[in-house]
Amino acid sequence: MIEVKDIHKSYKMGQNSLKVLKGINLNINEGELVAIMGSSGSGKSTLLNILGMLDEAETGEYILDGVLIKNLNETKAAHYRNKFLGFVFQSFNLINYKTAAENVALPLYYQKTNRKERQEKALAYLQKVGLGEWAGHLPSEMSGGQKQRVAIARALAAAPKVLLADEPTGALDTKTSYEVMDLIQQINDEGKTILIVTHEEDIANMCKRIVRLKDGVIIEDVKVEQVRAAQYVQ
Amino acid sequence: MFNRDRWQEIFQTISKNKLRTFLSGFTVALGIFIFVILFGLGNGLKNTFESFFLNDATNLIWVYRGRTSMPYKGFKSNRQIEFKNDDIADIKYNFGMYMDYISPGINRNQKIKYKNEYNNYSIQAIAPGYQFAEKVYLMEGRFINEDDTQNQEKYTVIGRLVRDDLFGKKSPLGEYVDVGGSMFKVIGVFQDDGGDNEERRIYIPYTTRQLMDKNTDKLDQFVIGFKPEIGYTGAMMFEEKLRQFLKDKHQIHPDDRRGIFIRNVADNLQQNQQFASVLQIIVTFVGLGTLMAGIIGISNIMVFVVKERTKELGIRKALGATPRSVIAMILQESIFITTIAGYIGLFAGILILNSLGVTLEDYFIKNPYIDMQTGIFATVILIIFGAIAGYIPARRAARIKPIVALRDE
Ligand SMILES: Nc1ncnc2c1ncn2[C@@H]1O[C@H](COP(=O)(O)OP(=O)(O)OP(=O)(O)O)[C@@H](O)[C@H]1O
Ligand SMILES: [Mg+2]
Repeated sequence: MIEVKDIHKSYKMGQNSLKVLKGINLNINEGELVAIMGSSGSGKSTLLNILGMLDEAETGEYILDGVLIKNLNETKAAHYRNKFLGFVFQSFNLINYKTAAENVALPLYYQKTNRKERQEKALAYLQKVGLGEWAGHLPSEMSGGQKQRVAIARALAAAPKVLLADEPTGALDTKTSYEVMDLIQQINDEGKTILIVTHEEDIANMCKRIVRLKDGVIIEDVKVEQVRAAQYVQ
Repeated sequence: MFNRDRWQEIFQTISKNKLRTFLSGFTVALGIFIFVILFGLGNGLKNTFESFFLNDATNLIWVYRGRTSMPYKGFKSNRQIEFKNDDIADIKYNFGMYMDYISPGINRNQKIKYKNEYNNYSIQAIAPGYQFAEKVYLMEGRFINEDDTQNQEKYTVIGRLVRDDLFGKKSPLGEYVDVGGSMFKVIGVFQDDGGDNEERRIYIPYTTRQLMDKNTDKLDQFVIGFKPEIGYTGAMMFEEKLRQFLKDKHQIHPDDRRGIFIRNVADNLQQNQQFASVLQIIVTFVGLGTLMAGIIGISNIMVFVVKERTKELGIRKALGATPRSVIAMILQESIFITTIAGYIGLFAGILILNSLGVTLEDYFIKNPYIDMQTGIFATVILIIFGAIAGYIPARRAARIKPIVALRDE
């Protein structure tokens, strides 16, 4: 599903440039649930943003679902993001003046789905994350866990190939984190490929594979026995 | 443009972001409103000016008399010049080829009475040609004619406001009014664009006035309507010849600048038209200035709006919004708001102008107005420039990498 070969990325800071990714090689198959770990500043977000086409690598090759992602203009990138990728952010990034249902429907709007279908799908995905009752509420009326679940519903709404989540539980307490992970595991069980950036070992252990980054290189890449989150959730 | 989904999206952002909508709408409405008011007041100023100077015929030479300031041919200085009926005859004889008409004038203020109503009015004793000089329009009846002056008839043509004062709504034709002790028959009612003062007077035959003044043949002044085809230079030449002729006839020193005064409307007209066009230019500049201010205002607000939305735009892009759709959304929203607000400002301005009406006449602003075309033109200009002003930040926002936009707090 994802093939990454020798990706480099650096940020220019005035005169000097800071090398953040120094040759990343990574293959992720369909249906995997991968945790990307590493200390702060090791380049996790940078890698995820490149995989999400929110940012561009300097050198290297990135193939997503058989499509070489290279020299994309913004319009092309927008189409690919819309078709292939769903994002979940640490800070939720919901649009604050839109209701839960409207937020979830937004990627479908950019897919030019008609209005009725959009509403139906949005509601279906909200029900899937257990927030059917909350469809008409604004983000400001919801808890962090609820907001993150709306964000997950939104990421799923456009039926992407890959779900990318940058510290999805970073702003949540342990209990809520496990609820969110439970949801992510369920989605993964249905076959969706998911990448999660996280700091927390317990969250990482709920994935099927852990990739550790240090100073812009992968230092470890292991398959793990998945801990099911459901057992911690009543 | 007519995509229902897009409109729904826009209505939602507009209604959910009231402050933003209000700010940009208010700027545009205010800009247009001020434009309309200033432009209208400017037009009012122009109207006043035109009613002062441009409501009489423009082919006129007025001749007034005064006192000499130089001794000449045995006469002392400070001699009062008198005009008499033979001056009319002489002018007609010598200058007939330049002239359409000539009318003498003798003005008095006297009490005019009808039944129990009376008031003081200006009574102007004139010849028939005066009708053309003052551009008098008859509402009822007729003006003084040659027979009336010939026969020294006690006939009068009264101003609209005199009729209103003395007769109310009833027709005065055939009624008799008391003018300084003599009974005059009303034969006409006139209107004059020159303002209230010119409608608060009555006209009588000059010969009748002379009869009342112990059968004198003296006159106060003349007005001559020269043939328009002689043109500006012809009029100036005519004026000069007339001056020489009258000075010679009344034995006034050729260099004496007093004694006889001539006001040539052709000459005034040229200056007045220049002044009117200067006024027009000022009005136009004020209008353009306001529009510019409005455009700058809306540009600033668009920059602010886009800045405020940076993060939202980043989210939308992460969800698959193309740069095009981002630009289209911002522009369509801004055009929609400016259009609505622009027309609100336009009609508010027109409403205020209309309600002002005559209240500002004391400040030389008469009938302020703006023609629809100018108003709509200004509004459209503001909308177009608002859109251009919105396009630049919108395009920049559309180009920002989503990752940068998402980081924006
Ligand atoms: N836009 C940027 N400009 C300059 N430097 C940046 C930029 N974004 C990230 N960096 C730097 O690149 C390095 C890697 O950043 P990145 O966000 O990928 O780290 P991370 O592994 O996600 O860290 P964290 O766990 O704190 O989120 C850091 O040193 C950071 O300071
Ligand atoms: Mg990070």
